[in-house]
Amino acid sequence: MNLNPMHQFEVFKIGPEISLGDINLSFTNASLFMTISSVLILFLLFFGTKKKELVPSKIQLITEMSYTFVAKMMNDTAGSGAKSFFPFIFTLFMFVLFCNMVGMLPYSFTVTSHIIVTFTLAAVVFLGVTVVGFAKHGIKYLELFVPKGVPMALLPLIIIIEIISYLSRPVSLSVRLFANMMAGHTMMKVFGGFVISLGLLGGWLPLGFSVALTGLEILVAFLQAYVFAILTCIYLNDALNLHH
Amino acid sequence: MKKFFLIFFIAIIANANQVLGSEAGMPQLNPEFWVSQIFWLILIFTSLYLIIWKIFLPKITYSIENRKSKIVNDIDEAQKLKERAEQKLSEYKEIIEKSKKGAKKIIKDSRKKLEKEIETKKNKYNEEIEIELKKAEKEIKNLKETSLSNINNIAVEISSEIMQNLASIEINKSSVSAIVNDLTKKEMVKNL
Repeated sequence: MNLNPMHQFEVFKIGPEISLGDINLSFTNASLFMTISSVLILFLLFFGTKKKELVPSKIQLITEMSYTFVAKMMNDTAGSGAKSFFPFIFTLFMFVLFCNMVGMLPYSFTVTSHIIVTFTLAAVVFLGVTVVGFAKHGIKYLELFVPKGVPMALLPLIIIIEIISYLSRPVSLSVRLFANMMAGHTMMKVFGGFVISLGLLGGWLPLGFSVALTGLEILVAFLQAYVFAILTCIYLNDALNLHH
Repeated sequence: MKKFFLIFFIAIIANANQVLGSEAGMPQLNPEFWVSQIFWLILIFTSLYLIIWKIFLPKITYSIENRKSKIVNDIDEAQKLKERAEQKLSEYKEIIEKSKKGAKKIIKDSRKKLEKEIETKKNKYNEEIEIELKKAEKEIKNLKETSLSNINNIAVEISSEIMQNLASIEINKSSVSAIVNDLTKKEMVKNL
């Protein structure tokens, strides 16, 4: 039994090595769990939309609730102009949520606990939002960095701060998800390790903690997916509506 | 209890090395599989996105919209039916009101007609009664007069007969009647 709490984040390749020139593109356990999460999402959606009943069954209700949940969140934060981005936000939310939740299963791998994964998602969001902003407003999109009603003397400083805050969006977005998932899973592993090492005599207390932490982590898993999606919506709102 | 916690924490500290120790470091920062992860993430996420976008979201939208429109239609229909029922009710009330008015009018008319009829009949009968009365009065007057003259005649005859039987004298009728008339006139004056 490997008691190292960081061991669960180890990435290793499954199956043959795939490489493109010098680049290693092997299928890893991370890819496997991404696939599992996606397949689970597709299963849910498939069974949820199989029979389109007027009075929904449980699984249909779950799909429709997740749909309306994301739609409402989007409508509240980004307005109705963001409707064409709904499929992306919905996929993003479901993907992060399912990766987080699948990561809660024992012996599974948490895809979102890897900075490179969350950063890729955040970078896609960041680039997408920036492209949308420039496409919609042209060069006027740069007004985002110039808040209204700021004294001229402060303007250079404010603009620099705004630009830094804008550029740090993908970093904060990715680090938030990654750090939350990693910290939670590490903590659970640590407490699990305590249960083993303290044995029958003292293991009960960390076991209790472990149980409580599991509940907390499930909450965090949902919350972080929600936060990721809602922040994306907020950035999208900035790009679409430009008011600061 | 205190002792238990003390032992517990000592145990944790003793084990901490074993648990947390070994080569620390984050596998996340090992760049060996970064490119592979990015590649697979983009591949899987994009295909998931396309499948959800093209296949599943329209289905969910359809089902939700379907339900929404069904509910809206049902509410609309209910509203229409309600309006119709209200209209029918008001029509019905109007009809009742109308018929009530009609009945009142009929009652009033027939009462007026009856009153008129009663009045005319009354007048007619009154007139008839008046005529009859006058007739009767006339008759009575005639009767009175004729009876008076009859009485006179009878008196004249009786007195002349008596005279004849008693005194066996033929008396002139006219003189007898003159006397009788005179007497009756006196009597009548007395009686009147």
